[in-house]
Amino acid sequence: MKALMFGWEFPPHILGGLGTASYGLTKGMAMQPDMEITFVIPRPHGDEDQSFLKILGACNVPVVWKENDWNHVNHRIGQMMHPDEYFRLRNGIKYDFNRIYTNDLGCIDFSGRYPDNLIEEISNYEAVASVLAHQLDFDIIHSHDWLTFPAGVFAKQISGKPLVIHVHATDFDRSRGQVNPIVYGIEKRGMDNADHIMTVSDLTRRIVIEKYHQDPRKVTTVHNAVDPLPDAGSFTKTPRNDKVVTFLGRITMQKGPEYFVEAAYRVLQKTRNVRFVMAGSGDMMNEMIDLVAKRNIADKFHFTGFLKGRQVHEMLAESDVYIMPSVSEPFGISPLEAMQVGTPSIISKQSGCAEILTHAIKTDYWDIDAMADAIYAIVKNPAMHKSLQELGRDEVNNIRWQDAGLKVRGIYESVM
Amino acid sequence: MKNICFYFQVHQPLRLKRYRFFDIGQDHYYYDDFQTEDRLKTLVEQVYLPANRTIAEMIRSSNGKFRCAFSISGIALEQLEQHAPEVIDSFKELSKTGCIEFLAEPYAHSLSSIFDESEFIRQVNMHADKIDGLFGKRPTSFFNAELIYSDEIGELVSKMGYKTMMVDEAKHVLGWKSPNFVYTHSYIPKLKLLVRNHKLSDDLAFRFSNRSWSDFPLTAEKFIDWIVKTPDDEKVINLGMGYEVFGLIQQTYTGIFEFLKALPYHAMEHHVNFMLPSELSKKYEPAGALSVTYPMCWVGNDKDLTPWTGNDLQQEALTKLYAVGERVRLCSDKPLLHDWLMLQSSDHFRYMSHKDPYGTNYETAYDAFMNYMNVLADFLDRVDAQYPTTIDNEELNELLKTINQQEIEIETLENEIKKLKSKKDKLANGK
Repeated sequence: MKALMFGWEFPPHILGGLGTASYGLTKGMAMQPDMEITFVIPRPHGDEDQSFLKILGACNVPVVWKENDWNHVNHRIGQMMHPDEYFRLRNGIKYDFNRIYTNDLGCIDFSGRYPDNLIEEISNYEAVASVLAHQLDFDIIHSHDWLTFPAGVFAKQISGKPLVIHVHATDFDRSRGQVNPIVYGIEKRGMDNADHIMTVSDLTRRIVIEKYHQDPRKVTTVHNAVDPLPDAGSFTKTPRNDKVVTFLGRITMQKGPEYFVEAAYRVLQKTRNVRFVMAGSGDMMNEMIDLVAKRNIADKFHFTGFLKGRQVHEMLAESDVYIMPSVSEPFGISPLEAMQVGTPSIISKQSGCAEILTHAIKTDYWDIDAMADAIYAIVKNPAMHKSLQELGRDEVNNIRWQDAGLKVRGIYESVM
Repeated sequence: MKNICFYFQVHQPLRLKRYRFFDIGQDHYYYDDFQTEDRLKTLVEQVYLPANRTIAEMIRSSNGKFRCAFSISGIALEQLEQHAPEVIDSFKELSKTGCIEFLAEPYAHSLSSIFDESEFIRQVNMHADKIDGLFGKRPTSFFNAELIYSDEIGELVSKMGYKTMMVDEAKHVLGWKSPNFVYTHSYIPKLKLLVRNHKLSDDLAFRFSNRSWSDFPLTAEKFIDWIVKTPDDEKVINLGMGYEVFGLIQQTYTGIFEFLKALPYHAMEHHVNFMLPSELSKKYEPAGALSVTYPMCWVGNDKDLTPWTGNDLQQEALTKLYAVGERVRLCSDKPLLHDWLMLQSSDHFRYMSHKDPYGTNYETAYDAFMNYMNVLADFLDRVDAQYPTTIDNEELNELLKTINQQEIEIETLENEIKKLKSKKDKLANGK
């Protein structure tokens, strides 16, 4: 089974959950013996783990015919794409893409991030998809998140192979209901043209059915999982007098940071030996710093800035409690990461992971009292902490990407 | 001649309200009166009144041959007195027929039999006093909360003067033995044990209206027939269940009340009697002794204490609660003593079970734990305020004894002074 996947991020250069989920899912699927995956991303850096799949950089695929000799190509992109492949792909240019600005190799310089001209990049991605659809051999197309839907649809139109799309998030989650019409249009067109739609939670599935008017039979939930952490034991907690309560994520409206600050305020009124940490960065960071100062809790509140890689696990392990008060979270892998290193989690009921976790405390995102009560209970009751830690860890170790991968395989077969 | 011994458990806890940690120290009233009253009303209308009426009719129609026993917890009695005294009256009427027996249990339907011996004894006496006060009879047979039993508990119960105790049919205890005989305690032969027939009791309680059950529909005739067909030497069929079976678990439309009403007739046709627990243990010779080293109960497959004590949360809550038992008993603050009883009902701990929180009003076990622990924190603060935990229990006891002693001495001396004064006056007048 050969799958052509279109993605936007891949570890280690990730900006959010999409990259983590892409990695986990493909790794889980690669455990199926006959599964071959080609994963296209706009701009690989060359240090991605390609042991279980093939990474193809859209920035190395020519969309405009330019004459180049073998050595020049090798010199320019040799370490990421074999020149023979470049020339083979070049034969797949069937349309006139001269309107797009291309470099000396006829390739597009994708940023690999989320720039201001994102819509333009998405459209350029489509061009790359057309070349790949002509020249590559695959059984099915799998598009991750709305950014890649147009590319997936075009590839389907050219190759005639089935398209499954993977909705990791919708604009309803990101914008708390004030959707951007252009983004909505792209999302809807992708869904309408897909042979099957996979969502990361029942919450997202409901949104796809109700807000995007899709047929329920065409939409299936495949819950995300978490990558196993073999060295989970190496992350230890330094003994301290004060307990540490952590919020780790983008400091933006969708993640509900202000509810965290308010809950912290309530807890600190009753007990003083707790410290609160907001790890991450985002457009609301300054606002949060102001709020903390206004509530007079700045001496017990700490901001760490963006954390990556091992730092994330270290921060989670050092915490006594992890909180995710998201207003609308399609899934949320970070609570699972916290539970892996033995940190009890408090998650909002409006998040997708609440659907599969038993040993985590769930509150409504706006219920500051419940959140504060839960923080207080975990911090004051060693039995509660122990129970959540041990039973949580066991629960999370059973949530595996392989199982999600098998579900996806089932869906592939149902559309072929 | 077969004998059926019916016995019913009547209990509802006082529900705790949503109590947040910032209420600790501020709010000393822990109960959700609305929810408690609401649930009680449902039970009263759907179960207690209709079932009592049915039993009254069964007693009438069988000319007093139908008999059964009730174990009503102290907490349930309090709630009925407050919100539904007509149910108490209804039980009084039943009691007057002489065909029902009240069983003893710890007042708060608590796990004190496992955790706090003195508390257990205190609660059992409280309960017996209450039953005596309301119905004029003191119980002689015992139905421990959730049918929890072990050799140790049996010993305690026997020491308090009870002659009969109800236990459950647990495979690991009975083995190949049949529940349909009278047994005795492992080393105290005068304590008789009546073993609940688990299959027949649960058939009636849980499978009665289940259409996919192989024996559906269960008629009174069929049920009596099963009993008659048990081996000849098996004389005793003990059927124990929660009273909510009649009207709530098995709702009226299932025909459960009609089933009950038809029972006496079919029983009499086949010479099957109904007996009270105290009568049974006197009538039949025991078939052997039962050895129960580890406590058993009537819930779940393993029939052990895991529904209430199986996980860390429950252990923590129970330990913290019973740690202050001695101290609380030294207090005289009435609301505190009442709260102490209410917080002990086994239900609170059941709701903290991850797998099997029967009857819970909480969303998760953690929710139940958090709420209970907040309430307990406030309660413990109040106990501490009465008698700080910095003073040792023993020291406290001694101090109190001394104070009491001195009070008595003072009283005696005062009386003497009075007497001497009056003597002096008499002599002065006499002169």
